[in-house]
Amino acid sequence: MFRNQYDTDVTTWSPAGRLFQVEYAMEAVKQGAAAVGLRSTSHVVLATVNKAASDLSSHQRKVFKIDDHIGVAIAGLTADGRVLSRYLRNECINHSFVYESPLPVSRLVVRLADKAQVCTQRSWKRPFGVGLLVAGLDETGAHLYYNCPSGNYFEYQAFAIGSRSQAAKTFMERRFEAFNGYSRDELIKDAIFAIKETLQGEKLTSSICTVAVVGIDEPFHMLDQKTIQEVIDSIEIKEDDASAAAADQAPMQEEDKSSEAAAADQAPMQEEDKSSEAAPMDI
Amino acid sequence: MALRRDWVYENNGGTCVAIAGTDYCVIAADTRLSVGYSIYTRDYSKICKLADKCVMASSGFQGDLKALQKNLAARHLIYQHQHNKQMSCPAMAQLLSNTLYYKRFFPYYTFNILGGLDSDGKGCVYTYDAVGSYERVGYSAQGTGAGLIIPVLDNQLKSPSPLLLPAKDAVTPLSETEAVDLVKDVFASATERDIYTGDKVEIMVINASGIRQELMELRKD
Repeated sequence: MFRNQYDTDVTTWSPAGRLFQVEYAMEAVKQGAAAVGLRSTSHVVLATVNKAASDLSSHQRKVFKIDDHIGVAIAGLTADGRVLSRYLRNECINHSFVYESPLPVSRLVVRLADKAQVCTQRSWKRPFGVGLLVAGLDETGAHLYYNCPSGNYFEYQAFAIGSRSQAAKTFMERRFEAFNGYSRDELIKDAIFAIKETLQGEKLTSSICTVAVVGIDEPFHMLDQKTIQEVIDSIEIKEDDASAAAADQAPMQEEDKSSEAAAADQAPMQEEDKSSEAAPMDI
Repeated sequence: MALRRDWVYENNGGTCVAIAGTDYCVIAADTRLSVGYSIYTRDYSKICKLADKCVMASSGFQGDLKALQKNLAARHLIYQHQHNKQMSCPAMAQLLSNTLYYKRFFPYYTFNILGGLDSDGKGCVYTYDAVGSYERVGYSAQGTGAGLIIPVLDNQLKSPSPLLLPAKDAVTPLSETEAVDLVKDVFASATERDIYTGDKVEIMVINASGIRQELMELRKD
């Protein structure tokens, strides 16, 4: 889309019936680092690529625990994501306080969507520039939702957002029908494989990716680096001969590509929540 | 019965005790819930685990206690989200004090004791009044049986009583098992004379390896 006379305000419609500001907000999501989510009947796995702004800085936190049974992965403006996570946590705490039971995932995503919609209909606000993959478990089972800046939300078996997410989506489109029957470990493996697809040839190490799981009898938590590395190693042993087949050769505009390759070596500033003595909240 | 419009509380009776040791803390409370001369239940827990190393026991109006516990649990969850760690016992102590004083003009009718390990791993006990005045002490008792128990603890714990000045570090030199036995003894004695104390005593011991729970039967009359 190009700059036109209908895109200054979020409250201005275009003649074709589009709100360009909202669509631009969705573009922001596409620029963020990749995040994928996969769901089986009993577990949901989220995985993200953690960009570091430079070799000197720590990696961005993109996965947030919202409650014992819900977590989110974000792509886009991480500051917006942090604010929304705080809102989601508050909603869960308030619901638990009043009803002494966990907030059902579908209700949470509706509230989030309504909050996002408000920002598309006020002239003094702007839409949130972040897409959220909401992974959660409740009485009705395991769920994975995607919340857009537009205020829409959809439920998915598997989804990927962020830059080069198409590669991950293509990979998962071939396999998603089997996901419901997957075990927890197979799901994790496929999530990491999907993340690998988005890296398109760059080396995948546990330092640049975060993986989180929630399941029946398993509260939402992030996996530690050692576990992730083991899965990565087992993937790489298998595909010694396979190249990154699904990768598309579109010109890379990612300015962080080179820094990401450098950051693949263990950066000294690892986030503590990846170590095995992680604090309980593991946010 | 609370039929008067200006008295909205009820005293459900019961007694709580806590003792701090060098590397442990013992908290105990009986499990009887009464109203007037009746017993509503013999099996009600007045103890709540607020954080990994922090446990609260309270006597008084159990309706307010439930609300207070939920309030603190929610606040603790928020703290964990923001700080990525559990609240320390001294931090929780201050939070409880502030929460109680917040309702200075419509108080929580609860007499609380907070027990746990401080950031150095030493036992700590904090004792409160209904509106949040608190103090770190080496041992404490609250509730209907407190008047019977505190003099015994003063005598037995061989640690400086909170009444002596200057205030000294009042952690008892007793071992964990000795402290637990002492708690069982004082509860058995208080049960003899206090009608609101009895049925069972729930004892929680907090030390470096976690929280251990014990139940001991008391007289049921």
